[in-house]
Amino acid sequence: MDAVEVVGGGRASLAPGTPLLEVEDLHVEFHTRDGVAKAVNGVSYAVSAGETLAVLGESGSGKSVTAQAIMGILDMPPGRITAGRVLFRGEDLLTMSANARRAVRGRRIAMIFQDALSALNPVLSVGYQLGEMFRVHHGVTRKEAREKAVELMERVRIPAARQRVGDFPHQFSGGMRQRIMIAMALSLEPDLIIADEPTTALDVTVQAQVMDLLAELQAEFNMGLILITHDLGVVADVADKIAVMYAGRIVETAPVHELYARPAHPYTRGLLDSIPRLDQKGQDLHAIKGLPPNLLRIPEGCAFNPRCERARDRCLAELPSLVPVVGEHGEELVGRRSACHYWHETLHG
Amino acid sequence: MGSYVLRRVLQMIPVFFGTTLLIFVMVYSLPGDPVTALFGDKAADPAVVASIKHTYYLDQPIWKQYLHYMGNLFQGDFGTSFTGRPVSDIMADAFPVTIRLALMAFVFEMVLGLALGVLSGLKRGSIADTLVLILTLVVISIPVFVLAYIAQTVFATNLGWVTPTVQDSYDLTQLVLPATVLGSLSLAYVARLTRTSIGENLRADYIRTAVAKGLPRRTIISRHLLRNSLIPVVTFLGTDLGALMGGAIVTEGIFNVQGIGNVLYRAINQKEGPTVVGIVTVLVIVYLVASLLVDLLYAVLDPRIRYA
Repeated sequence: MDAVEVVGGGRASLAPGTPLLEVEDLHVEFHTRDGVAKAVNGVSYAVSAGETLAVLGESGSGKSVTAQAIMGILDMPPGRITAGRVLFRGEDLLTMSANARRAVRGRRIAMIFQDALSALNPVLSVGYQLGEMFRVHHGVTRKEAREKAVELMERVRIPAARQRVGDFPHQFSGGMRQRIMIAMALSLEPDLIIADEPTTALDVTVQAQVMDLLAELQAEFNMGLILITHDLGVVADVADKIAVMYAGRIVETAPVHELYARPAHPYTRGLLDSIPRLDQKGQDLHAIKGLPPNLLRIPEGCAFNPRCERARDRCLAELPSLVPVVGEHGEELVGRRSACHYWHETLHG
Repeated sequence: MGSYVLRRVLQMIPVFFGTTLLIFVMVYSLPGDPVTALFGDKAADPAVVASIKHTYYLDQPIWKQYLHYMGNLFQGDFGTSFTGRPVSDIMADAFPVTIRLALMAFVFEMVLGLALGVLSGLKRGSIADTLVLILTLVVISIPVFVLAYIAQTVFATNLGWVTPTVQDSYDLTQLVLPATVLGSLSLAYVARLTRTSIGENLRADYIRTAVAKGLPRRTIISRHLLRNSLIPVVTFLGTDLGALMGGAIVTEGIFNVQGIGNVLYRAINQKEGPTVVGIVTVLVIVYLVASLLVDLLYAVLDPRIRYA
């Protein structure tokens, strides 16, 4: 195949904790008939080998757009990356040549999509779609590719893989289809996997199985994982750290258990409070009032201010930056940041 | 797959009898007596008329005529035209001409239509795309006889490349111009249909997946995009092949092509029941087979149909 040098080396060279991906101050806009929608407004995050970052947010928070920009599958136009860098093992993906970028896609960074039924090609067998990765990137024969496809299907525990390799996506159940998506992403043993709402389209019981499988494989291959979701329940067990997004910005970052125990942003608190709990059976569900902002007209100051119970004059005027959060006695809380002027009230009070 | 084909073939049987009966009834209930018309201005001898009617089974009730006709048909006998020539003879002369004309038109519309459709679908908003949209709109808006006369004027009268009408209907080179005119309308539809289909599929999730897999652009287009995009186009092309085979009365008339369309036109004018019914029966069969092939091809292209 094309002799494009692959960024970095083989997988074996990656020790856990090696920085893989750093997104720096990414801005993405969409040009629509009604104006410019600012979907991503200065997002920065980083993932290391073996680490799982969960990106949490409602629809329209920019979490998927950020992932698409990293992956290079943003629809451009109407989308446009107006600023920022996406460093993959030190090299900026955004300024790379198209060929070099393509060599990274699928091989070093792979993506798992939400709805496997529409994300898989309906007219090609799953064996073909899995084997295609090896045929295109490694130039193996059709027969070898099929053999690899069977191996992959076995690896994600699809029963009777050898008999089913020639079947088409619509012949599989939702959970099995998502396993095939995972197998496809894993096929070339990438350094980083971006999973965009991988379990949203699945039944709750199947969700757990798929998440467990993903976490297990991630650990086995020591991959970095960016898990994009709006479901707080999904991330609790598998993520190491969480970035909460709102209106195209990260509003809070924290190690997963600290975020659940003590959020430092009113939005995160609202999300946590809106999880139904058994001990509150019979009571009204708590909901964050209002709706996510229109990206064409993001409110001045803190974008969350129209929905925030603690909003004050400062919140209407001044955009809060993502600042480090400290403990009650001034001690450093590693990895904790909040974009709230009054984070201490939420954290401590 | 086998049971699917069998089911489709069985479905063809009632369609075949239904359409032939309909045509039979319609042709024989046309006003005017074809036998008397044969005598022109001369007074017809009632005895001769009765004898001719008896020969052609016209003195029987229509359902008996239909059964008789069908009985003969299944023995390969299409009956005799009023001129005394077997209908099968007439068709043997005319069908090869129409088949050639139709196939040439078909190849023209398919190759050029698909090429233009893919081009404009992939490059939406480009100059080429706009040009294709305008040209196809023009072709769709102009009636075929106007297009035929323009073609005659330009290529025969002005440029002198061809004769205005076809001298020898068996000469393929002479059929090029009528075939082009005949295929142009469908070409416009094929191009637009392909363009729309490509445009829709370009935005499909599985194309995004293919990009995310790091596939080269040509693989994405040929393996993932085209096959999915062509499914509706194939349906259109298949039924259109059946329609083209039906003979183009207007085009064949203008270019004097001695095909099915011309023969059918004359037969209808002269109320030649056996010829009209014979030709239309064959056309019904052609159409049914064409749509069966389309459905089978559809199943080959789209596994979701195959296993449904």
